[in-house]
Amino acid sequence: MYTTKTIEELHELLINGEITSKELVQESIDKSYKIKEICNAFVTIIDNPKEGNVAEELLSGIPYGIKDNYSTEGILSTGSSNTLKDYIPFFSATAVKNLEKHGAIAVNKTSMDEFGMGGTGTTCHTGIVRNPWNLNHITGGSSAGSAAAVAAGVYPYALGSDTGDSIRKPAAYCGIVGYKPTYGMISRYGLFPYASSLDHCGCLTRSVKDAAIVVDAMKGIDVKDQTSWDSSHIHLYERINGNIEGKKLFYIKEIVNIENYPNASDKLKIHLDNFQKSLDLLRNKGAQIEEVSIDENLIKAIPSVYECISRAEATSNMSNLTGISFGPRGNGKNIVEMMKDYRTNGFSSMIKRRFVVGAFVLQKENQEKYFVNAQRVRRLLVDKMNKLFENYDALIMPVSTGYAPTIDDSKDGITNEETIVLEEHLQIGNFGGFPSITIPNGFINNLPVGINITGKCYDDENVLNIAYALECEMPYKNQVAKLKEDN
Amino acid sequence: MGKYKAVIGLEMHCELTSNSKVFSSAENSYCDTPNSNVSPIDMAFPGTLPIVNKECIKKSLMASLVLNCTQPEFMYFDRKNYYYPDLPKGYQITQMHAPVGVNGKITIDVNGVEKEVEILDIHLEEDTANLNHFDDISLIDYNRAGVPLLELVTAPCINSAEEALTFLEYMCRVYRYCDISDADTKKGQVRCDVNVSIMNEDDTEFGTKVEIKGVNSFSNVVDAINYEIKRQTELKDAGRYHEVEQETRRFDEETGTTIRMRSKVDAIDYKYFVEPNIPKYRIDSSWVESIRESIPMLPRERKIMYIKNFGLSEYDANIIIKEKEYADYFEECIKLGMNAKNAANWLIVQIIAYTNKFELKLKEFYLTPPLLNQIISELDKGTISSKQAKEIFNKSLEENKEPKNYITKDNAQISDKNILIEIIDKILITNETQVNDYKNGRTNLFDYFVGQVMKETKGKANPPMVKEILKSKLED
Repeated sequence: MYTTKTIEELHELLINGEITSKELVQESIDKSYKIKEICNAFVTIIDNPKEGNVAEELLSGIPYGIKDNYSTEGILSTGSSNTLKDYIPFFSATAVKNLEKHGAIAVNKTSMDEFGMGGTGTTCHTGIVRNPWNLNHITGGSSAGSAAAVAAGVYPYALGSDTGDSIRKPAAYCGIVGYKPTYGMISRYGLFPYASSLDHCGCLTRSVKDAAIVVDAMKGIDVKDQTSWDSSHIHLYERINGNIEGKKLFYIKEIVNIENYPNASDKLKIHLDNFQKSLDLLRNKGAQIEEVSIDENLIKAIPSVYECISRAEATSNMSNLTGISFGPRGNGKNIVEMMKDYRTNGFSSMIKRRFVVGAFVLQKENQEKYFVNAQRVRRLLVDKMNKLFENYDALIMPVSTGYAPTIDDSKDGITNEETIVLEEHLQIGNFGGFPSITIPNGFINNLPVGINITGKCYDDENVLNIAYALECEMPYKNQVAKLKEDN
Repeated sequence: MGKYKAVIGLEMHCELTSNSKVFSSAENSYCDTPNSNVSPIDMAFPGTLPIVNKECIKKSLMASLVLNCTQPEFMYFDRKNYYYPDLPKGYQITQMHAPVGVNGKITIDVNGVEKEVEILDIHLEEDTANLNHFDDISLIDYNRAGVPLLELVTAPCINSAEEALTFLEYMCRVYRYCDISDADTKKGQVRCDVNVSIMNEDDTEFGTKVEIKGVNSFSNVVDAINYEIKRQTELKDAGRYHEVEQETRRFDEETGTTIRMRSKVDAIDYKYFVEPNIPKYRIDSSWVESIRESIPMLPRERKIMYIKNFGLSEYDANIIIKEKEYADYFEECIKLGMNAKNAANWLIVQIIAYTNKFELKLKEFYLTPPLLNQIISELDKGTISSKQAKEIFNKSLEENKEPKNYITKDNAQISDKNILIEIIDKILITNETQVNDYKNGRTNLFDYFVGQVMKETKGKANPPMVKEILKSKLED
């Protein structure tokens, strides 16, 4: 078994000739078929990937997975939606091209919540994605297949995209690392948009160093994305040293304090307690961690702000899906009926609900009250965070209320009002475009849980270094889910 | 105009000239082959992103400056959301919140009367694809999708179809002068929406506004306005003004009427919001200044200068400012020291006629001002006659040779008075009979003597001088 190793290890083995790239890729493809069966993690498995030379680049010759909302030239790219179930792009996303340049070899396209709109991994057009740690549980989403595949050891990394927490939450639920760098560090060209001002490219790996290596290769200014910027001075992998002496971190009292949750479950109690234990590990390495209080009204607004902005941008972004220029043509007597037919049958009901919300908040009579106000609160939140980042190196928070819910529980769609902010606070990272990374920090009921570190824009090196320091203090680095069949 | 005052506002859409489209790298050029100037962005393939064309920003800022508008501090764009098969993204990138110019004005001359047209805003946006409808199918041509479009919105300050037409024609001319747009109506580069209402002269509030969308030629603009004024006037006269509804209509070319499309109640909510894929950026004021400095002198200013400084008639000045290349040619002639009226005359009578006949651009015309000057300067000196000048002009163009080659001693005009007197004396002696007849009253023989002199000099005698000498001799 080689695919369960880290990128650094695999590179060594490839360079030393202990394994060939071809063998490694084949092992990954074989494993893909198995995980497809067990977890339903893929839309497409690429049987005959381009062979690559093993070179100095750390990623050369090593297989990886691509979330199905990245355009891949000549390879089906569906966004896990029936509207694009046969869509084969004639160009590749810039991030994918950049990885290709580094010799990386894509072996599959991973399932996701339709167009990234969902946090469960249960709304893919190919069916529910299952958590490799326990198949009755969800992986979280929307980068569901990528999280499941990396956790199951199909390869060391897969690409994800993150609009609310779509990389960082499934990473926590699957016991792996999920990293979205500062907005614009990786070009979004070729990534199917969900909400452009919140969308980030990123990756899921099993170690912080691997995440650094992958994003080093994905990033770069792109003439095709005006929101991208020159990060050639940033060297994520090189700068990781694990020294966090004197670093100041904070967490938000209104979200983390157990006293806010009078009806807290045991799972939540253990999760928050475990969070504090992780903080102690960092303190032992010389970091200072403080509790910071933020206006509760601001904090409580997070989920609604996200809902307004993301739904509004999504309805507009997906207006190109009409079945006219591409996609299966709908039936109808005239062009309006054809578009209607295509969209009615193509999108799942959840997406359509979101479009309705998006259109509603953008309507002339509602826009000021909902959409514009949401943007104002977004600005307030980001300003508040930037103010705090003047004094602190990073924000550290627990991810979600614990481990992944069961598939049955996630279906009822009921939100627990009491804990909603704990579930959704990672959206702060999208509001501000902040670099943000989730790493595993323990298990509850044999299911992994995660912790998140978020820093100020362009300070990715610092964020990764803190994450690396904590990772080194815990036994979860490069952990792989033990599948039932392996037992 | 009828008994009511017409109130007209115009929205003028004009395609910009640029190498590539406004948000993609596809070529921006008129192309007969459908779907040949198309990039993935123009067809809105998933994941494609708009990239702003700086040249288009520059040209729209120039238009904003020309129209004396206020430029925004920050440049950013908005999405106008609606579904239509000619709109691949399902939204149009435009400028709603911060147009490239607001609150401007420009002066035009309507039949010699000055008129100031207020500009509410001018903004940069992208054009839609072209739909071609046939009996049972419709075809989409994406060549036009993403072509840069400048939309100018006037205040409701225009009061007749004539004013509207004059304004539109003048704006096209200004755009061409500044190389902002070719403004070629034949290629569909200019399209208008027209708002029309009527009111009593002493009313303080406007009447009910009707919008006529997508009028694609200026003659249609005139017809649409006149039809709409007539329609509304008739309703008002009949006491049925309440039937004039705030609505969108379209102009029907065949019947010359406007036809209702939808009422205001059914107006589309475009759900505008800021385009997130194009970061907002501050407009560099020194760049704006350099754009301002590069604006050429505009036609109206030139016209005033031609009349005031060069003594041209308004009629001639109007012809010369029609095209920037005419005006530039004319001004170069003046710089070379040519007499303004002569230069204007040659330009209008000879050169424009010639270029029109051969469908040439003036810049392709062989006789540049310095070459023309070779002819004019000799003409002024009297070395050649105006008839010879025209011959040299034509010969030079026929053979693509500089005019000076045809101005030789052989064909030089005889303007020496003594030589002419000598020749004339000789002719009068040999034609004694005719001289006597002339003196006895047959004055129509004068032309006969002129002809004889010309015959003798092979046409080189200076005709006015010949006439002058003959007159004095015969009158003796």
